[in-house]
Amino acid sequence: MIFLKLFLTFLKIGTFGFGGGYAMLSLIREEVVDRHAWMSNSEFIDLVAISQMTPGPIGINTATYAGYAALEHAGYSSPIAVFGAVVATIALCLPSFLMISLISYFFLKFRNNKYFTYALLGIKPLSVSLIALAVLSLTNTENFIDFYSPILFLLTLGISIKYKTHPILILFVAAIIGLLVY
Amino acid sequence: MLKLFYLFTKIGLFTIGGGYAVIPLIEKEIVSREWLTLEEFYELLAITESLPGVFATNIAALVGFKISGIKGGIIAALGTIIAPFAIILLIATFFHQFQDNIYVIKAFKALRPVVVALIAAPCYTIVKINKMTIKTLLFPLLALLLMWYVGISPVWIVLFGCLGSISYYEFKNRRKRQ
Repeated sequence: MIFLKLFLTFLKIGTFGFGGGYAMLSLIREEVVDRHAWMSNSEFIDLVAISQMTPGPIGINTATYAGYAALEHAGYSSPIAVFGAVVATIALCLPSFLMISLISYFFLKFRNNKYFTYALLGIKPLSVSLIALAVLSLTNTENFIDFYSPILFLLTLGISIKYKTHPILILFVAAIIGLLVY
Repeated sequence: MLKLFYLFTKIGLFTIGGGYAVIPLIEKEIVSREWLTLEEFYELLAITESLPGVFATNIAALVGFKISGIKGGIIAALGTIIAPFAIILLIATFFHQFQDNIYVIKAFKALRPVVVALIAAPCYTIVKINKMTIKTLLFPLLALLLMWYVGISPVWIVLFGCLGSISYYEFKNRRKRQ
């Protein structure tokens, strides 16, 4: 049952996850934290931090982890939990893969389809709100624990926008700051 | 075929902190091997940008399909998945042992607000690149209010965004024709 739930949930995320990895985060968070409680809010933010530091697309990373964590929380053993990770990851990629198969197979010129173009024009500005939603949902007392937290937040925001510093470098420095301050 | 898999495994490994890092990489690897022309590659890139899901996996599947059909598509897509999948599984299995480590706890206390900021930064960039004004920001703001205060699911927002946009432009076109 939980396998089916995992599959359907990530199928949904894979179908509606427009606008890149960050916009997809609010969809993933809503499903895995709020709706199904497969992980806690702080576990989710740790996962995003880990995803940023490890290779691979953030969508794949979160799906794999969520699949594993969901089964582990439900009391299954590790080898079975691995299967949950497989189900979630495949389900995430399946919708767009099917679309790609159709496009490639039928040589569909769907970029030139006017309805498709219109729909995309509508989604594009909405990706801002999807990303902002992820930010709002994650701005809570679990992640902002003391007066250092907002300082770190604002510093990162400024540096990242102004100098476009690579996230890995920022995270590396942040980890060192954490070791020194806390 | 093996080469295709190996190539996209490599490309999957390079997607650290943002999917768009893979574009120049694929361009270099695929176009220099003359598997695709630059023009074909850009066409596939345009399609990828309008698909839901994972950017790196989608572009890999499209390129794989173009080079050698469905088999190529599956192999290239799996290539981008396999390495990150294995790495995250390893971390998931062992994270519990590190979770209670005092140094890990300290580092993550500082990492959490920083990650929130890293997610927030693209908001600003998107608004700036698309030269969005108060008028064009009205709908995104409304959508945000609906999701945050009313608790409407992002899925509905995406759906309504598509349908609303289609009917808006269709209506505009009809009026122009009259």
